[in-house]
Amino acid sequence: MLSDQDRIFTNLYGLHDWGLKGARARGDWDGTAAILARGRDAIVDEMKASGLRGRGGAGFPTGMKWSFMPKTIGDRPHYLVVNADESEPGTCKDRDIIRHDPHKLIEGCLVASFAMGAHACYIYIRGEFYNEARILQAAIDEAYAAGLIGKNACGSGWDFELYLHRGAGAYICGEETALLESLEGKKGMPRLKPPFPAAVGLYGCPTTVNNVESIAVAPTILRRGAAWFSALGRPKNSGTKLFCISGHVNKPCNVEEELGIPLRELIDTYAGGVRGGWDNLLAVIPGGSSVPVLPKSICDTVLMDFDSLREVRSGLGTAAVIVMDKSTDIIKAIARLSQFYKHESCGQCTPCREGTGWMMRVMNRMVQGRAELDEIDTLEQVTRQVEGHTICALGDAAAWPVQGLIRHFRPVLEERIKAYKAQASGRAASATSGRSMPLAAE
Amino acid sequence: MADSTQPASFAFDTESNAKIPTILAKYPPGKQASAVLPLLDLAQRQMGRTTGSAWVPRVAMDEVARVLGMAPIRVYEVATFYLMFNTEPVGKYHLQLCTTTPCWLRGSDDVVQACRKVTGIKGWKETSADGLFTMSEVECVGACVNAPILQVNDDFYEDMDAASTEKLLEALKRGEVPPPGSVKGRQTSAPEGGPITLTTLTFNPAE
Amino acid sequence: MVKVTVDGIEVEVPAGSNVLQACEAAGKEIPRFCYHERLSVAGNCRMCLVEIEKAPPKPFASCAYPVNDGMVVHTDSPMVRKARRGVMEFLLINHPLDCPICDQGGECDLQDQAVAYGTDRSRYEENKRAVKDKNLGPLVKTVMTRCIHCTRCIRFSTEVAGVPELGATARGESMEVGTYVEKALTSELSGNLIDICPVGALTSKPYAFVARPWELKKTDSVDVLDAVGANIRVDARGPEVLRILPRLNEDVNEEWLADKSRFSVDGLKRRRLDSCWVKRDGKLRKASWQEAFEAIAAKLAGLSGDRVGAVAGNLADAESMVALKDLMAALGSANLDCRQDGAALDASCRDFYNFNTSIAGIEEADALLIVGSNPRREAPLINARIRKRVLAGPFPVAGIGPEADLTYGVDWLGNAPAVLASLLDGTHPFAATLKAANKPMIIVGQGALARPDGAAVLAACWKLAAQTGMLGAEWHGFNVLHTAASRVGALDLGFVPGSKGKGLDAMLGGGVDLLWLLGADEFDTARIGAGTFVVYQGHHGDRGAARADVILPGAAYTEKNGTYVNTEGRVQRGQLAVYPPGEAREDWKILRAFSGFIDKPLPYDNLTAIRARLEQANPVFARTNVLPRFGCSDTAGPAGEPTALSGAPFRPFIENYYQTDPISRASPTMAECTETYMPTLRQAAE
Repeated sequence: MLSDQDRIFTNLYGLHDWGLKGARARGDWDGTAAILARGRDAIVDEMKASGLRGRGGAGFPTGMKWSFMPKTIGDRPHYLVVNADESEPGTCKDRDIIRHDPHKLIEGCLVASFAMGAHACYIYIRGEFYNEARILQAAIDEAYAAGLIGKNACGSGWDFELYLHRGAGAYICGEETALLESLEGKKGMPRLKPPFPAAVGLYGCPTTVNNVESIAVAPTILRRGAAWFSALGRPKNSGTKLFCISGHVNKPCNVEEELGIPLRELIDTYAGGVRGGWDNLLAVIPGGSSVPVLPKSICDTVLMDFDSLREVRSGLGTAAVIVMDKSTDIIKAIARLSQFYKHESCGQCTPCREGTGWMMRVMNRMVQGRAELDEIDTLEQVTRQVEGHTICALGDAAAWPVQGLIRHFRPVLEERIKAYKAQASGRAASATSGRSMPLAAE
Repeated sequence: MADSTQPASFAFDTESNAKIPTILAKYPPGKQASAVLPLLDLAQRQMGRTTGSAWVPRVAMDEVARVLGMAPIRVYEVATFYLMFNTEPVGKYHLQLCTTTPCWLRGSDDVVQACRKVTGIKGWKETSADGLFTMSEVECVGACVNAPILQVNDDFYEDMDAASTEKLLEALKRGEVPPPGSVKGRQTSAPEGGPITLTTLTFNPAE
Repeated sequence: MVKVTVDGIEVEVPAGSNVLQACEAAGKEIPRFCYHERLSVAGNCRMCLVEIEKAPPKPFASCAYPVNDGMVVHTDSPMVRKARRGVMEFLLINHPLDCPICDQGGECDLQDQAVAYGTDRSRYEENKRAVKDKNLGPLVKTVMTRCIHCTRCIRFSTEVAGVPELGATARGESMEVGTYVEKALTSELSGNLIDICPVGALTSKPYAFVARPWELKKTDSVDVLDAVGANIRVDARGPEVLRILPRLNEDVNEEWLADKSRFSVDGLKRRRLDSCWVKRDGKLRKASWQEAFEAIAAKLAGLSGDRVGAVAGNLADAESMVALKDLMAALGSANLDCRQDGAALDASCRDFYNFNTSIAGIEEADALLIVGSNPRREAPLINARIRKRVLAGPFPVAGIGPEADLTYGVDWLGNAPAVLASLLDGTHPFAATLKAANKPMIIVGQGALARPDGAAVLAACWKLAAQTGMLGAEWHGFNVLHTAASRVGALDLGFVPGSKGKGLDAMLGGGVDLLWLLGADEFDTARIGAGTFVVYQGHHGDRGAARADVILPGAAYTEKNGTYVNTEGRVQRGQLAVYPPGEAREDWKILRAFSGFIDKPLPYDNLTAIRARLEQANPVFARTNVLPRFGCSDTAGPAGEPTALSGAPFRPFIENYYQTDPISRASPTMAECTETYMPTLRQAAE
């Protein structure tokens, strides 16, 4: 078990004061000016050395991302935009950072902005987090009043403005370029890449978009050192991570642990175990709704980090662990995710706009078993026709859960179809009409 | 668009107008279109405050377009793209029920049934006869370890079940608004029964 | 330039090109729906996918991917074929299979590409989406269930037309293209939406269910309903012109066409003069050509040449004008005019009446002053070109005249000629802007010239042009914007009073005893002297015909081989698409026949001969289609005293864009547009 001394989010559960006084007691805003005094390059190098990978889902090395920003500030200002549009089903970690440890985020915004030459930073928070936004705004106000941000932030000589911007209900705005579009007052439709935000981002200016957790851990890493952080976790999967354990566990919760912790240990230690015991486990979605589901056999041994989960054709994603016990209708669980992606597709690209609806409708029939056996293959092909054919990754995210279901639970799908047919043929035998019609048309 | 419900005009009132400069100041000169989400939200809150129904009528979209110097169609696009803007009137209490998989696994169906039972509402986006409640199915609201969630206006009620839902709605009917958060009395996202991490730490408040 | 290899073919394309352009350079056809050369890149249809070597192993949207030197592209690999087939399947799952009742059938991108990339059956077993149709006004019909969400229409209306009224509301599968509030599109370019829509979602409302494309005979021609000279294609079936579409000409109309030019086509069938009429006992009666000619000849008998006169109308072709001028000369008359509106145009030098910068040249200019003109109504395509220039970068535009929404920002300096004076004496700050510009230009509208002090305004504008560096050896920034298709040609032919000849005013009120109107309908015919014998030669029963003593049925522009000179001075030729109705004839032939009838035969019997006569009259007629760019070699100005400006404000020259000539006035579609849009236009003018 990770020792409490190595946990970054020491007020994860809001047991203590979220305000500046409480934050300082927990070590935030300690020597920030000294960190900035190390200079841009030193900060970026330290972040690179820490091995921190983006905590928003894709796992891209944070320090390297920071290094993509232009080295000198030209005619266009630089921006840091913090992605607090936490909407991936299963995920609720950033919410805790924002409402219980907002100063870690604010300090991180200053440090990261400085490291990228940005004098301004926007935090884009999902609109539903209204109460969380009020806390964060109050914390920002406190930081301004204390001179920690604003002109000559922390006495560092660096001017830094921090703004909070609320979204209004659109999962797609968690995609970084959709987020920028939204921040510019448009529909959240992902942009074509290239150009990438580091070249042409917010208002056409160099911009980096980072997840809340990635930014909030930065000051602690810089204070305690890259060596400390990279010693935690596993090679190339270093550090600690907030895990959200939801679904059929005895005690759902958020917890900070080392990357690479075995999934079973995570569930058993912190979430009170699977409802009805480990043997009652059916499957786990290990990283938020977008990543493919894993059957129990894999869950028995898999480690919770980027590379281990990729090896089993799933992903760490946001480290949102959705646990399903044997009472779960796994088809329905995934079908509900298909509904989610259909609902959240921005509608821009043909494959995603049309394909998410198609997948959802077939999945809904699969729940009943009202399908033909060969439609499983058709469905699989439809997911392949969406995956990799769209501007952003929402199409991929919509395809993967279905692919995971077919990969690991095909017999369940087949049984459901056969059962429906058996029942239907009973009905047909009692009816006079024997004509066949497509099951979808019933 | 149900034209019968659309008001003939909309103007920001004093309370809203007082907030507009602060909102606009967040964005660089010439980039005031960025304020379209905040201003639509402001309009919706004003409607809620003044009429009891927090929604954005078409004339309010036009007013936002005027204030920000945008083509009205660009505001219509935005207002219809983001799910939090209600383009039709809603009840005093907007019941936003998360039914996405993590909530569903924890019994969101029971919460939905309880809402239907207490309010008499049959379908999504419908408003109860007394005008108090509108039920909307929403996607993941981002509090999954406290599932299932029933969001009432701005507040999350967590760890819900049928009984707690009925109790909550009855309270709302009486005009009481219970404190949001876990209805089981859990410490936020900590496991039930209390945290098992972060228990060894003590902090001395700085002077 | 960068080197790109497409399917093994090496091509060089400019850096900054996209992969799709490189593929086209290599002669590879790339299917696409959302991509359009003249619109911003959306990259959303995903049809143009290609495979790129040394890139992540997934297909890329070629329209949105920039080329790199040494890039290797495959447009026909198994991955690409599979990807396109997949996208096509998605496009079709919710697209109705209603091709048999769809007007796009036969010229539909989706239909064509489905043949190439689709399959013959659908795997989609669910219900198809249905979308409510939108009302976009009298010109564009919508069947929104067919929409494939390529957003070309949204981008066109926002970017090119400059009327941000179309958008996509809601999201995902529920996304709908429309105006959200029911509203007719307020653009004079809305017909182009029909052309750019790759499916049958936006089709022509007046043309609905009229014909199939393969039934049509297509004739290349030139539009005459304004002075832009847009290149058009006239589609006819049998004796009937059924529709008019734009034809690509980068220098003139690009690939666009204005709504009046496109949709007045139903006016070609109505109120037509299809036989001769002669007034007897105060009443017009049908007559034969013989009887009509006899009636005119009888009136001419004994009249001296100076009691005869002719007016050329706004739609007249150069051939008929030169023939009419020659006929008048044979009769001994120099009483000629083409300026029905009384515009103080100076025909003595081409520079004084041409749009010298050229339409394409607008894109080079770096400052613009508009005087007495509303280009949006007078020449929508030129207005679109100005807008294009505005969007391209800093381009200060100022206007003197009644304020109007031109779809781009205009600094309205005032509505009085006095502003011109203050620009001339340099006291107005915009004078400095013009002087500071490298390629400043001025557009002088007919609203500035068709007024008592028109000559002074023209002279003042020229003087301003000279003072602000618009008249140089390499750059000609002085422009007159005409509205009449015939006007520049008429001026080139000297269809203005000859020596001791009378102009329009002098001919009216009894100044002549016989007045020959060649399609002249745009002046107050009540001013014609009561005793004046009027010959009306034209194609529509409009104002001129109503006053006529003899009517000679002529041909509309779609029914003759005619030469027109646009406002730039560009000589272009229209072609006969259908024959004139009934007894009507091509106009120059009528004049040639009449000259023979009165034993003063004109010396040309065929098209070649009369065109030789045109060249003889003015060598500019030898140079068709192309327009060499000239600087200004002589800065001496037109006649007129620049200081003699009156205090009267400029007035809009065209009140109603949709009805400006006999054809559009006869068009039911244009009448409907007038009803729909006039309130809007009025508001915009106020």
